Amino acid sequence: MKEIAQSALETARVRGATYADARVMDIRQRFISTKNGQAAQVRESQSVGLGIRVIAEGAWGFASTEDLTRASADAAAAKAVEIAKASALCKKHDVNLAPEQRVVDQWQGPCRIDPFSVPVSTCLDLMLKVDAELCRVEGVTLAECAMDFRHIDQLFISSMGSEIRQVKTQTGAGYSATSFAGNEIQRRSFPNSFGGQYQTRGYELIEELDLVGNAPRIAEEAAALHACDQCPAGVMDIILGGSQLGLQIHESVGHPIELDRVLGDEANYAGMSFLTLEKLNLLQYASEIVNVVADATVSHGPGLGTFAYDDEGVPAQCTPVIKDGRFVGYLSSRESAASIGQPRSSGAMRAECWNRIPLIRMTNVSLLPGNWRLEDLIADTQEAIFMETNRSWSIDDRRYNFQFGTEVGWEIKNGKKTRMLKNPSYGGITTEFWNSCDAICGPGEWTLWGTPNCGKGQPMQTMGTGHGAAPARFRTVQVGVAYQQ
Amino acid sequence: MLNRKLADELFEKALKYSTADETEAHIASTSYSLTRFANNTIHQNMAEEDLNLSVRAAVDHRTARATTNRLDDTSIREVCEAAQALARLQRPDEEMLRMPGGQTYRSVERCDPETAELGPRARAETVKQVIERAEKDQLTAAGVFSSGKVAQAIYNSRGLRAFHEESVSEFSVTMLSDTGSGWAKKTGQRYQTLDPLGLAGRAASKALRSREPKEIQPGRYTVILEPSAVMDMLGFMLLDFGGLAVLEQRSCLTGREKQKVFGGNIQIGDDVYHPSQSGAPFDGEGIPRHRVRLVENGVVENLVYARHTAHKMGKEPTGHGFPLPNEMGEAPLNIVMEGGRGTVEEMIRSTERGLLLTRLWYIREVDPYQKILTGMTRDGTFFIENGEIQYGVKNLRFNQSLIEMLNHVEMMSAPQRAAGEESIEMVVPAMKVVDFNFSSTTKF
Repeated sequence: MKEIAQSALETARVRGATYADARVMDIRQRFISTKNGQAAQVRESQSVGLGIRVIAEGAWGFASTEDLTRASADAAAAKAVEIAKASALCKKHDVNLAPEQRVVDQWQGPCRIDPFSVPVSTCLDLMLKVDAELCRVEGVTLAECAMDFRHIDQLFISSMGSEIRQVKTQTGAGYSATSFAGNEIQRRSFPNSFGGQYQTRGYELIEELDLVGNAPRIAEEAAALHACDQCPAGVMDIILGGSQLGLQIHESVGHPIELDRVLGDEANYAGMSFLTLEKLNLLQYASEIVNVVADATVSHGPGLGTFAYDDEGVPAQCTPVIKDGRFVGYLSSRESAASIGQPRSSGAMRAECWNRIPLIRMTNVSLLPGNWRLEDLIADTQEAIFMETNRSWSIDDRRYNFQFGTEVGWEIKNGKKTRMLKNPSYGGITTEFWNSCDAICGPGEWTLWGTPNCGKGQPMQTMGTGHGAAPARFRTVQVGVAYQQ
Repeated sequence: MLNRKLADELFEKALKYSTADETEAHIASTSYSLTRFANNTIHQNMAEEDLNLSVRAAVDHRTARATTNRLDDTSIREVCEAAQALARLQRPDEEMLRMPGGQTYRSVERCDPETAELGPRARAETVKQVIERAEKDQLTAAGVFSSGKVAQAIYNSRGLRAFHEESVSEFSVTMLSDTGSGWAKKTGQRYQTLDPLGLAGRAASKALRSREPKEIQPGRYTVILEPSAVMDMLGFMLLDFGGLAVLEQRSCLTGREKQKVFGGNIQIGDDVYHPSQSGAPFDGEGIPRHRVRLVENGVVENLVYARHTAHKMGKEPTGHGFPLPNEMGEAPLNIVMEGGRGTVEEMIRSTERGLLLTRLWYIREVDPYQKILTGMTRDGTFFIENGEIQYGVKNLRFNQSLIEMLNHVEMMSAPQRAAGEESIEMVVPAMKVVDFNFSSTTKF
């Protein structure tokens, strides 16, 4: 494949490209799901292809092909140059890239048990055990369980002489119990909703999740929610469970710090950001106990945003984003970093597949742990709602006004977790919310959650991102507004 | 690019390597290009070519799918073997149906060669004109101009042969002024119908008119939803019309069939053959799509049924199934809603106090049975008083039951093909809706 990719780069050079990079990707996926005691989906896929990105006449072009012959790769390169020259019709200035070193390297992501080596029948047996536990509980009307494995083998080469091979495995699993009764549909999910937990590792993730052991509790909660009181509405304190806080970080910190949004590149679809350039190093984004990093390095953990090099060949980095509450860093590309005078990209350019251009994407955007134990935090709380497991999420296109719903809530009264509540929701304005954070749990309760379904770009690209979070408390938050009609 | 001859060849190879009881092949190709602009310059510009083969094997009441875009003989053999091996690992499902035999399809011509072949220079020259239009008013333009062609074939070992090809195109544009914004979008099988400069003019006018937006109190307002806003809301109900969703009690229409759920003026159908619609005349199993009246005079009259759902529920298949195997069953994907005789201008003139909504954003389901949706207004939200647009307002968050909304429709325009960003294209009217619930505002 290397020879074909190099041939494409040479074709691009001959046609007039002043810079080119090519990615050859081989992506394998296995998806298995069960529903109400039966296998629902068992499928595998493989997608291979080459994408070539060029600068010619000072503008960008990109073309891709699934046909990995030299002739097709060269044709894609020629097409990319033709497209770049068309882009140049509308350029205001030549593309300028922040400097980067040539790299020749190989990297293999963490994976102890190759999930593709685990027999499908073993996976199905485990899922059907979960299913049986869920269906055993009266009131559960739908039991769904899924496992999702991905193996990504990628070669990146560039006209700078870089040559980087990265191989990684991603594993995800989760289930939900749905209960319909009267005029209400309630659902509980484990270990997270919308697919469960995802990480860049192997089947060992699934072995650690205790899927079967948690199933009776999840099913019982789903059925019990119907009889619970509605979550009250008003301004009150809340404690967010780790997975919900992970999504809160994703939407109200991760997206605003993407520099392409800030610069207007996403104005037509994904939107822009309130984090305009003058706010860097000045904005008090959050309370002083809040520290957030965007960390793609392996030392941060096996998140969906963990890699060795991004799709521009920039090494993985740990970028401080919020330090002691102050906003201090963006996620950037070589082009966007140069455009705001930064010396180097933060290494956040990632493409969904060989047929898509890399965009600035979150890596692992994580809230660093505090030092509370959850039981101490609850004991320290007079009156609040503990909210767990996302049910709905929405935020405006500049990332100020958000609203989340969760599957379940618990009332906290006089330092004790008391009755279960249904249909919890909360909302607010990003910086006001983060400035109200007054307690964060410690490393023992910190999990690197995976969000496998982050959408951005035109054409739309779906990307996996990581978000480390531990439960945290927020004061005087607007609660229950979703149901105030 | 896929054509019938190539589809025949690939299927014959798959059939040669398959030892399954029954074999189905989905073969699909994409040739697609998209020119993207922002800050009055083209900043992303791409093209892709892909062709893949997806084989479903059925073995002793068990089924599985394997897909590849490597189409040499060895890879085709491997994908067939993978599908069979995955199928054999499952427990038999005695309710599983045999694959359908040959079907007859109504002809649907949706491929324009010029759109399929439109080149990057032609797209860039159009974008250049749009940027010049923006700069005339000191505005900043962002958007996309895409074109291409998709083709798909579904063949099976029982003689089913379905083939469809379609050209695709899209132009969307956001115009930004210092404190305002406007948006417009159109999609279609022929790029010649997109009218990019007309869309740019519309977005520019909204961007200028929404400058210095004022903050208004959240609460219940009469709203005028342009067709893009209507379709993005309605899209959250597509899966609810699936028979399997009702059978499994995950639909908001569970227990509401044949009941008057919506206002008496609401008529919703599914019609892939409508001239403003898109897509193939067959579903994911190759069953011909039928026109279905979903809602008549506010009553939920019919659902849609994939073949296996229809069998379970004692109904006839309507041709709305997703490719097998899947969890979801089916959904109507070609919504055509009836409208009225009003125009947006008449809706504005008849409104004493209300809001005009151009576009909605980040809509999500808050409650699956009450069908409460939340989301934001975006790129052109205007306050109306005494029958006239007065000024732009800061964007608002809504928490609104879609069921309730469709009981509060006072006026509708003629339906038109609409495109948004939260759902698939539909043919829907603009609507004037009373008592639409806004719960908070944002900063811009």
